[in-house]
Amino acid sequence: MLRLEPRPQASRLMTWLSPLLATVLTLVAGGVLFAVLGRDPVEGLRLFLVAPLKDLYGLSELLLKATPLMLCATGLAIGFRANIWNIGAEGQFMLGAVGATGVALWAGESESALVLPGMLLGGALAGAAWAAIPAWLKTRFNANEILVSLMLVYVAQLLVSWLVFGPWKDPQGFNFPQTVMFADAALLPVLVDGTRLHLGLLFALAALVAAYVFMYRSHAGFRMRVAGEAPDAARYAGFSASRTIWTGLLCGGAAAGVAGMAEVAGPMGQLTDKLGLGYGFAAIIVAFVGRLHPLGIFLASLLMALLYIGGEQVQQYMNLPNSIALVFQGLLLFFLLGADVFIRYRLRFGSEAASA
Amino acid sequence: MEGNLFTAVLFATVVAGTPLILTALGLLVSERAGVLNLGAEGMMAVGAVAAFAATHHSGSPWLGVLAGLVAGAAMALVFGFLAITLQANQVASGLALAIFGVGLAAFIGKPYESLALPAVPPIRLPFIADIPLLGEALYNQQALVYGSWALFWAVLWFLYRSRAGLVLRAVGESPAAAHAIGHPVVRIRYLAVAFGGAMAGVGGAFLSVFYTPMWVEGMVAGRGWIALALVVFATWRPLRVMLGAYLFGGVMVSQLFVQGAGLQIDFPSQFLSSLPYLATIVVLVAISRNPATIRLNSPLSLGKPYRADA
Repeated sequence: MLRLEPRPQASRLMTWLSPLLATVLTLVAGGVLFAVLGRDPVEGLRLFLVAPLKDLYGLSELLLKATPLMLCATGLAIGFRANIWNIGAEGQFMLGAVGATGVALWAGESESALVLPGMLLGGALAGAAWAAIPAWLKTRFNANEILVSLMLVYVAQLLVSWLVFGPWKDPQGFNFPQTVMFADAALLPVLVDGTRLHLGLLFALAALVAAYVFMYRSHAGFRMRVAGEAPDAARYAGFSASRTIWTGLLCGGAAAGVAGMAEVAGPMGQLTDKLGLGYGFAAIIVAFVGRLHPLGIFLASLLMALLYIGGEQVQQYMNLPNSIALVFQGLLLFFLLGADVFIRYRLRFGSEAASA
Repeated sequence: MEGNLFTAVLFATVVAGTPLILTALGLLVSERAGVLNLGAEGMMAVGAVAAFAATHHSGSPWLGVLAGLVAGAAMALVFGFLAITLQANQVASGLALAIFGVGLAAFIGKPYESLALPAVPPIRLPFIADIPLLGEALYNQQALVYGSWALFWAVLWFLYRSRAGLVLRAVGESPAAAHAIGHPVVRIRYLAVAFGGAMAGVGGAFLSVFYTPMWVEGMVAGRGWIALALVVFATWRPLRVMLGAYLFGGVMVSQLFVQGAGLQIDFPSQFLSSLPYLATIVVLVAISRNPATIRLNSPLSLGKPYRADA
């Protein structure tokens, strides 16, 4: 008979094996799903995992999709470490796009080299400002940051919609809900010719390094980790709870804001109401699967980006809705949370009495 | 004319509040047992799509409601396995359910997106439907509206008048004590979570089969999250859930009437559409600003996993 026995110490090995186990289980479940839908499971998984990576362009698209996930997840992980549940990265991402678009439209045809830094700053500040709302309401009024940050996603979506249908609508745009295309000085340079991969990837990598230094090499990061792992110890040590909340939410908001900026200044080249692609929600999964650690987040964002692209492939070649990618992403998080039980427990054979 | 408008607003408010009541009362029961399931949005979405599909194929809206109920409960049991049996973090597991449910509903619902269901006629209650002003608004409604009132009385009776409800509340306050006197904590929590999921599924079914008889991706539109906020706003009490749900229903329909009444205000419609979400934030702030209110009213073990041999 199988049973779970508590481990004397949390297993570090299982902490990192669990995402791998979850990935394998997701693939198995995915294969079963394909079979149930009457498709060839091997072909389905090939489309999901191998086909997107067959050439340079495929790889560049993977990194392109991974960029916003990496940025959003890096910021979220800082908050999650301290048990600050910012789940509104999707809204902060949109506000970042709005902030950057505001700068780009204001700069107009200017060819100044300051346009992009201005957009970056505008995006980061707008994202952080959106996240400051739940931070302020949490610290000042004790309002639950999960619900507040989530509600603000819907408000952000409506704000974007209002802007592109109203004041920011392209007058020559045949009434499509979109702004003018940005001038060249407001577009991020492409990294590899012939692809869409842009400078935003370097922002994401820089954010990962910065997050590593902050979390593991700074006192402020140490305070965040203590607040998450041992709240009583943090209180006893006199670490300010509201500072932790502000740090967690502002980091998450700013990073998501940069991701939004990179999206409008990168592949989109304008603001439209089709901005929300769920990166902010997918980033929650990336943060967990990546164990809230920068290196893990890097790998997890590649995996999640692969699932996004795989969904498009499956839609194209197997005539299945691309929302199958969302199903896979959700399954991945389920399996991860389930596999995590082995961090604290181990499987034992036989009854309790036999081993005692 | 004035009277007609009043009746129309009241009617629409009651309809808009109903999915919130169904979902929030279910969540209230599972939170009273100590389990915080943030996956309401996902359970409603899956319930809505299951109900739509079942109604479309069978022609019976009631089979649709049953399908929504079963689908919502099934989703909740997946969450229950993670959060109760494996003792995973309840917040993370709930988020997983919300993300997974919304994705699964989008996936299943794709073939149904361009279809519509025939409208289900309301049920006119004899005599009381003739009461001026109120009758047409309250007593000429969809059967599930009456169902939500029945659910309210049932939950009220269950929690405060029945022995089983007392045990459930004990499990939510102190699972260790409940276990010590022989109550099966894990089984009770599973039942409470399944009930919450079933009601969220029925709430979703109301949306896709009765309210707007169609399925569109994203049609739940945050109602699951609003229902979660309502439970906090109601300080875990059924009567306040009812009041809160109708308050929100009123906010949700207000935009239709502002536009329909031909009032000459140059207001962007997006601003009016954002009111329910802003209102949610406002009520959360109002109820949470005194930490003691939350601390005294929330079930003591809410969100904490329980392990019998720990």
